[in-house]
Amino acid sequence: MQKLLEWVDARFPLIKAWNEHLAEYYAPKNFNFWYYFGSLALLVLVLQIVTGIFLTMHYKPDTALAFASVEYIMRDVPWGWLIRYMHSTGASAFFIVVYLHMFRALLYGSYRGPRELVWIIGVIIFVALMAEAFMGYLLPWGNMSYWGAQVIINLFDAIPGVGPSLSEWIRGDFVVSDATLNRFFAFHVIAVPLVLVALVFLHIVALHKVGSNNPDGIEIKENKGPDGIPVDGIPFHPYYTVKDIVGVTVFLIVFAAIMFFAPEMGGWFLEHDNFTPANVLQTPSEIVPLWYFTPYYSILRANTVAFLGLDAKVWGVIFMGLSIMVFFFLPWLDRSPVKSIRYRGWMYKSALAVFVVCFFVLGWLGTQPAVGKNVVMAQIGTVVYFLFFLLMPFYTKLDKTKPVPGRVTSK
Amino acid sequence: MMKKIIVIGLLACAPALAIAAGGADVHLDTVRIDLDDKVSLQRGARAFVNYCLSCHSAAYMRYNRMGRDLGLTDEQVKENLLFAGDKVGDLMKTVMTPDNGKRWFGTAPPDLTLVTRSRGAEWFYTYMRGFYLDEKSPSGWNNTVFENVAMPHVLHEWQGSRRVSKVTTDEHTGEKHYDFEWVRKGTMTPDEYDDEIRALTNFMVYLGEPAKLVRGKIGGYVLLFLALFLVLAYLLKKEYWKDIH
Amino acid sequence: MGNEVIDKGRRRILAITTGVGAVGVGFAAAPFVMSMMPSARAKAAGAPVEVDISKIEPGQMLTVEWRGKPVWVLHRTPEMLASLDTLADKIADPNSEASEQPGYVDPKTRGMNPEVIVLVGICTHLGCSPVKKLKPGAGEGMDADWKGGFYCPCHGSRFDLAGRVFKNMPAPTNLPVPPHSISDSGVLIVGVDPKEGVA
Repeated sequence: MQKLLEWVDARFPLIKAWNEHLAEYYAPKNFNFWYYFGSLALLVLVLQIVTGIFLTMHYKPDTALAFASVEYIMRDVPWGWLIRYMHSTGASAFFIVVYLHMFRALLYGSYRGPRELVWIIGVIIFVALMAEAFMGYLLPWGNMSYWGAQVIINLFDAIPGVGPSLSEWIRGDFVVSDATLNRFFAFHVIAVPLVLVALVFLHIVALHKVGSNNPDGIEIKENKGPDGIPVDGIPFHPYYTVKDIVGVTVFLIVFAAIMFFAPEMGGWFLEHDNFTPANVLQTPSEIVPLWYFTPYYSILRANTVAFLGLDAKVWGVIFMGLSIMVFFFLPWLDRSPVKSIRYRGWMYKSALAVFVVCFFVLGWLGTQPAVGKNVVMAQIGTVVYFLFFLLMPFYTKLDKTKPVPGRVTSK
Repeated sequence: MMKKIIVIGLLACAPALAIAAGGADVHLDTVRIDLDDKVSLQRGARAFVNYCLSCHSAAYMRYNRMGRDLGLTDEQVKENLLFAGDKVGDLMKTVMTPDNGKRWFGTAPPDLTLVTRSRGAEWFYTYMRGFYLDEKSPSGWNNTVFENVAMPHVLHEWQGSRRVSKVTTDEHTGEKHYDFEWVRKGTMTPDEYDDEIRALTNFMVYLGEPAKLVRGKIGGYVLLFLALFLVLAYLLKKEYWKDIH
Repeated sequence: MGNEVIDKGRRRILAITTGVGAVGVGFAAAPFVMSMMPSARAKAAGAPVEVDISKIEPGQMLTVEWRGKPVWVLHRTPEMLASLDTLADKIADPNSEASEQPGYVDPKTRGMNPEVIVLVGICTHLGCSPVKKLKPGAGEGMDADWKGGFYCPCHGSRFDLAGRVFKNMPAPTNLPVPPHSISDSGVLIVGVDPKEGVA
């Protein structure tokens, strides 16, 4: 065994990689609850890829066969129902974990220098994940799959000039059809997953170059012992591997409870209308995207007025695009001298709280019909959403901060 | 141009949508679902095969799978539930073609495998008990939860036929309440009929998701295992973290 | 001293957790492995096949499909049966000791009753389907001393009228006899053992 290891190591940087990324990667010793979600996101990515591979063995990307092939998996394939529920529950779990992972960054300023690239790659991962989820949702070819794709692809119509031809190009047809299903399948099962895996790799490489942030927002590398090791750092392996196993187990308990006892989650993870095959003549009475898209769906629908020569629909698309793009600029919008919320003043704390409430309200509005006071609420929510980012340079600078300790604190 | 066609198409569908949505303002009755009750499931299966399957398919389900899950042998399935010429391994297709269905009822009877998953068990239970005579409807029948339904009341001999005598709308909830008068009594009492439809609903819930029979049980074992593993993982973490001060 | 105690405890909990975790991974992997087994659809398509063989004239052969494979049903004439005895020393496995067949068929004639033989028409070499050369002699392009049988076009394996392979042929064993049963009224069911039921 030892010989084999030496043989490999002479030809491949195995031990070097092991040490750099696990055994001698020094992570701050004060990681708290919020630091589980990175490894959990990686776990869910692997879960989705593995279950996806096995679903692909039985699924048929053909409008005449797709819906039946999903029921075939649910009934005829041994244990197919379990693999399918893992994948459908995993999709929602992915977004829960990623949203919490992003919220952690907002709490402790993980996007701040020197981690700007870690953050930017992360936001690209988020965008790729949205594309992956959107295209995957078409594949069961249920009625909500069909009309959801129809509505979202029609957004591209809004782009002045090239819009209509662009949406036809995306669909490969004048409506969502077999051509659309087939290409979404190709993107969902191979193109986007390859991109996702590559981006996740880069995300980790970039993180390990600069080192992990922590709940105190202190750079542990600035305080090294005589051996050159950060005094507040501990080797990722074994300390955080054994800790993450606890986190993974708790996650799996929640995951299994949902998957085995409520795989539909009352229509939030699997929508009722999607148990009817796609019907090109009949839109479901209420088109509702899955919950993880609803905040952005609300922003999309919020604007009702035309201005600057562009109609309301175009602005809706622009606002939705900006609401995601704005995340990229976060490292430069935040002007606070401290990173962690622990040492920030009331302004940032309130701003973040309002932002979170606003995100939930927008999410809830996205599931409701856009009528009456819902529209006004969505408009207010959209404005608040953007103000959180646009006013950030001011309130983070004005905010009264507390002194940051030299060493990390535990608790 | 294309966009206009879609919009016009959607507008044209609007009344149909209102119908398909099926009166959200009608109270749905609760129904007790018990998939461990094999007798009820078998009774529901018999009603489904004898009365529904001649027009509606359950084309994602196989006879022998249903038999196995309901505690029936292949021979019993063959004798009691199978159309002549079908094999026990076949999917539960209907003999009626969609074209004939369209000609006879104005719309092809939909596949029912997943009806309780898309519309819910309560909707199905209320719907099957909600038929009444109505001369204004093309089929002669109407339904409290499905306005101007195309389907005639197949089980009217069991339930009997009735006419609406009065409709009242609840001021607070906006729910409609129907009062009926009997035109002809059925062979079953209302309680017997409700019980029969409960068995049918029970079966339809099973039909929508056969895995439901086992997933709860497997889930219990999985959770037990994970709980045990959590204890071990926590002890392991504690053991290692002794080093960290 | 104190260190050693800690290490022992640590090693024990590490071993237990790893062991239980490995069991968990094993159970989690099982559904994925099993999902690749034949599905209910494949099993339904591979269900036993019923065919009425009472109308097959002596010397005639019928081919039916079972599990996607050709199954031959040959009604042998007395002359055909007689030819089997004359070939014993030219056959690689005359009593089908190394070949696949149910216990309830005669080892030599390989039929439940001597006249009717049921064979899976797939060469045991590399899976081609042999062609029938039922007539004796050189008439069908075979040698003059040919007694009738089957010839595999892919690599030249020859089989007699009991599906037994001749010596020095690429095929290692005789053509398999599938599980089957024949009712008194002459209905053959391929895929069902007379005693054990569905195979």
